[in-house]
Amino acid sequence: MNVYLKGIAACSAGFENWETLRNHLAMSAPLQADFEPKPQGALLPAVERRRASATVRLAVDVAQAALQRSGLSAQDVALVFASSNGDTNTINNICLALATPERFVSPTNFHNSVHNAAAGYWSIGAASMQPSTCLCAWDYSVAAGLMEAAAQCTIEGLPVLLAVFDTPVPEPLHQAMPANHAFGMALVLAKEPQGSFAQLSLALENTDAANTTRMDSSENLEKLRLDSPAARSLPLLAALATGKPAEITLDCASGLKLKVGVVCAGYPF
Amino acid sequence: MQALALTCYTTVNALGRGLAPTLAALREGRSGLRPCDLMDAALTTWIGRVEGVEDEPVIARLSEYDCRNNRLAMLGLAADGFAAAVAKARERYGAHRVAVIIGTSTSGILSTELAYRQRDAAGKLPPDFHYRTTHENYSVTDFVCHYLGLQGLAFTISTACSSSAKVFASASRLIACGLCDAAVVGGVDSLCFTTLYGFSSLEIVSTSPCRPADAGRNGISIGEAAGFALLEKTDGRAGDICLLGYGESSDAYHMSTPHPEGAGARLAMARALERGGLSAADIDYINLHGTATRANDAAENLAVAALFGNRVACSSTKGWTGHTLGAAGITEAVIAALAIREGLLPMSLNTVTVDPEFTMKVLLANRNQPVRRVLSNSFGFGGSNASLILGAAR
Repeated sequence: MNVYLKGIAACSAGFENWETLRNHLAMSAPLQADFEPKPQGALLPAVERRRASATVRLAVDVAQAALQRSGLSAQDVALVFASSNGDTNTINNICLALATPERFVSPTNFHNSVHNAAAGYWSIGAASMQPSTCLCAWDYSVAAGLMEAAAQCTIEGLPVLLAVFDTPVPEPLHQAMPANHAFGMALVLAKEPQGSFAQLSLALENTDAANTTRMDSSENLEKLRLDSPAARSLPLLAALATGKPAEITLDCASGLKLKVGVVCAGYPF
Repeated sequence: MQALALTCYTTVNALGRGLAPTLAALREGRSGLRPCDLMDAALTTWIGRVEGVEDEPVIARLSEYDCRNNRLAMLGLAADGFAAAVAKARERYGAHRVAVIIGTSTSGILSTELAYRQRDAAGKLPPDFHYRTTHENYSVTDFVCHYLGLQGLAFTISTACSSSAKVFASASRLIACGLCDAAVVGGVDSLCFTTLYGFSSLEIVSTSPCRPADAGRNGISIGEAAGFALLEKTDGRAGDICLLGYGESSDAYHMSTPHPEGAGARLAMARALERGGLSAADIDYINLHGTATRANDAAENLAVAALFGNRVACSSTKGWTGHTLGAAGITEAVIAALAIREGLLPMSLNTVTVDPEFTMKVLLANRNQPVRRVLSNSFGFGGSNASLILGAAR
């Protein structure tokens, strides 16, 4: 299955935006030492921005950056949000509250606790009634998000804004899910090549044998890749950054791999 | 879209385990709601609890997945010969050609809630707590994959109360793209303190059994359920019940309140009709989202009335099962399939006086008649809407 990319964004420890990561991967420009994302949720109205969690703001920020690059408007795209961990700060707040005698769950925490909170805030901020699908699949979340987004834009004929994100997990949940860095990336996928900068060829392979692509070029980025399920997208971002034809392998399910062939049309983008 | 047959389907909910007890309760007008008796929850409300989940751990080989939500999933997989039907599909297509897409809202969060009560002096969670295989939203989907021996594309959809309606849309697209030959879709959501106390703090939980569309309705009754369907391409065999259409939309209005005119709901229903190549006149019955909150039912009435007037019989079945949240979509899709198979339109149980402001035709008594096509609505927090159309093969 082929899809075409019209927008891209990325933000995590060491890079504030796609350009910084791209220049690092393509031309060995330095990353931003000690940078950690401080998502703003700039798209959201002030009242919603105050209620939105850091996880929501990260998702909204990368989605907005990728959409801007595509030149499309929010009303022209469907949304796929993939996050394995979701908003563990909110889950932590609720579970702490429920362990007290009062068991008072704040209304804001409760409505932020749904896995589709970011998509809900996005639709309000962007005033878009287009469909949104929010999914997760542990370390397979990047692959699952890509497949859902590719199937949507192929069948529905509407470009899809895919955002993949995870945020640091607070204690005591951190013991069970030790993610330390926020990671967000977004792509705009379309069915037709016009105005795109890269083609992705997606194919499922029924095998355990194929090796998952790692960040062999950098020990730090390989560490980041393993930090959260969303960061498993780094090899795909690396392939897009270098602009050379590449094939990468993502974990997709137990016994299933996703091969992604990358061909860049215009470079640099 | 190409119609897909539900070649096997099942539900486990407060009415019982499987299609037969669910159908019997629908025929008899017997609700599954009871005063809240979930562990030590101290709330004056009614719940749709599935009897006996507490006593039946998941099978030994998957014991690290043991939690209320996966137990409920296992009861569903064991009902109505579902696992056996999937085994045949697995032989036919291959384990990696059958996708698994499951909807859930809170997954096994009850396990985390209880683990937080057992934190040690240093604040650490107990050593026997398995977050990844119990609470994390993918755990239920991974559990279903392992239980059924499937290795196809698999993910969890979590869009609050529309989750297990949207699984049908995703499965339809994956099959249409040739990414799988068949799909196990479903939804599993189990009772927990987060939803009981969370909805209570929003003041939208009723102290009595919920009364959808009633003039005096005052909130939801929370339930739990597991439901599954096996979706396959069909050559139009007589008797096949098929997915004929789906429609999805966002409200873009508020995180926990529906659009007051039901604009998003209307768009989802209109898109489902359009995709199925159907018009409003082709629908015999609408299974409403019908949560029994003031806001949901009023908005849904406006959306239904705008598209269907007062022509189509409507009811919410949440007076029977409670609002099963992430499992509501599959629970009501299965009830829609039963309505078609049995020629039975279930009434809006507990509804005495329909809100005089409402235009839509709310059923106050069960009705027996041929049923060709049913539209089922599921709307969730964050303004996530999905409508499905099920019908007899054309």
